[in-house]
Amino acid sequence: MSGTATSRWGLRVLGLGYVLLLLLLPLGLIFYKTFEHGIAPPLDAITSPDGLNALKLTLLMVAIAVPLNTVFGIGCALLLVRHRSRGNPLIDAVINLPFAISPVVIGLSLFLLYGTTGWLEPALAEAGIKVLFSVPGMVLASIFVSLPFVVRETVPVLQEIGTEQEQAASTLGANAWQTFWRVTLPAIRWGVAYGVVLTTARVLGEFGAVSVVSGSISGQTQTLPLFVEKQYQNFNLPGAFGASVLLALLALSTLLAMNVLKRKEDA
Amino acid sequence: MGITVEGASKRFGDFQALNDVSIEVPNGSLTALLGPSGSGKSTLLRAIAGLEALDAGRVLIEDEDVSKKPAQKREVGFVFQHYAAFKHMTVFENVAFGLKIRKWDKAKISARVHELLQLVQLDGLAERYPSQLSGGQRQRMALARALAVEPQVLLLDEPFGALDAKVRKDLRTWLRRLHDEMHVTTIFVTHDQEEAMDVAGQLVVMNEGGVEQSGGAADLYDHPANEFVMSFVGEVNRLGNHFVRPHDMSVSLDSEEGSEEAMVQRVVALGFEVRVEFVLGDGTEVWAQLTRGELQRLELREGQIVYLRPGQTKSFSGTEISAAA
Repeated sequence: MSGTATSRWGLRVLGLGYVLLLLLLPLGLIFYKTFEHGIAPPLDAITSPDGLNALKLTLLMVAIAVPLNTVFGIGCALLLVRHRSRGNPLIDAVINLPFAISPVVIGLSLFLLYGTTGWLEPALAEAGIKVLFSVPGMVLASIFVSLPFVVRETVPVLQEIGTEQEQAASTLGANAWQTFWRVTLPAIRWGVAYGVVLTTARVLGEFGAVSVVSGSISGQTQTLPLFVEKQYQNFNLPGAFGASVLLALLALSTLLAMNVLKRKEDA
Repeated sequence: MGITVEGASKRFGDFQALNDVSIEVPNGSLTALLGPSGSGKSTLLRAIAGLEALDAGRVLIEDEDVSKKPAQKREVGFVFQHYAAFKHMTVFENVAFGLKIRKWDKAKISARVHELLQLVQLDGLAERYPSQLSGGQRQRMALARALAVEPQVLLLDEPFGALDAKVRKDLRTWLRRLHDEMHVTTIFVTHDQEEAMDVAGQLVVMNEGGVEQSGGAADLYDHPANEFVMSFVGEVNRLGNHFVRPHDMSVSLDSEEGSEEAMVQRVVALGFEVRVEFVLGDGTEVWAQLTRGELQRLELREGQIVYLRPGQTKSFSGTEISAAA
């Protein structure tokens, strides 16, 4: 065996071992533990009223935060790449904040803004809108933590495709809107799709920020990750594991959906 | 007049891309904008298309001032150096793009697209994607796409720049023939003087954001307005303040009146044409273009002392350099 072959095998073993030990083993154990005593215990926990409510809330978070952040993300990427201006580096840095700041801190900052002593509280109370310990606050937290993904995935693709296709479209009579829908969006779609998958995964799994603003009230403001924690604390392990597996499957299915779509198109 | 540009100026930061440029392109003509990179030729073309906004000046297409119109309303066909193919669309969809935007009905679009694909000899490839085409095929597709909407003018920005030499030559001939059939007012940008002379009837020579001279190919070659045009359009030797074309150098083995002593440095045979490089007594390097027959008659060898006599020479005084369009 030559030196390069040895090092290639060495790297392979190292890489696989790393992934196996740190990613696949813990995840595999969860699956094993969940179904250790058959499918009934985890299923019962998930189909309990609190469990179903948590699932519903989680899907609601995804249904609101993902489309909003997708539209915002594409718009923001277009602004950053296609309309160069002096303020852009600042916008670029600010968009990364949710990556840099701990979700708990994000939750606390929302608390300060919308809480009983918060800046916006008087106005909101007058309008009869309750943000904290209810769905609006959780939606805000979800949007906040998952905001950068679509922007970050779309910017490099936009840079790569360049402006010539868009210019060609305009000389052929297309207005800005037609150019966007027929030329730009199809060209960046896989970048956007990947951003959407990451956004979805993040919203599904978000714990810290949502935990702070929701108060984690069972059956009312509990998303699946919060439900998992509550079950775990109450020593209801089948419930905790069952909900965990459900969460993992939801995230995996979005990833799978994108791969299937992409394969279909490449074929 | 097909296309008129009046007093066009454009600045990118510190760089003056166009400096008070005026040109006139007759209806139905095929005109080349010729110049080195950075001369402003592409910027001028893009300004005509509306892809670049001018700081000052006007653009008229068929005598209508289009300066304020966006690109989408100017009815120009534009072909980019790197094709700008819509990668996610088939050849058919690419060519049909402008027609779909104009809301033609399906049957009419299909008929028109196939007619154009036939014209550019891509008829069998309608369902291919651009990634499955060669560079020359992609550029022909781009041309069909630009022509589909029956533009008033056709603008080509170094259309053959990204292609290899053989394909480039074929496409040149083909473009010229196409123009003879369609008679659409066409401007094409190139930095290759041979290409410009081969394809275009009219040449506009640009340098440093301005027009140096415009006219027919033979006119520019024989009566260059200044040193720049003389050296850019065709090859040139410089002898003091005089310029002489390499094919106007006569080489002799004996000293004659008005001839100068020179030593042969290198003999390069390029098929029929032979390039002979000399160094003069004062160290100036010049070259002469000879035929194979002349070379055989003179039996030139490297290191040999010969006598050079420049035929037609030209000199340009400062005031003669004109920047008129």
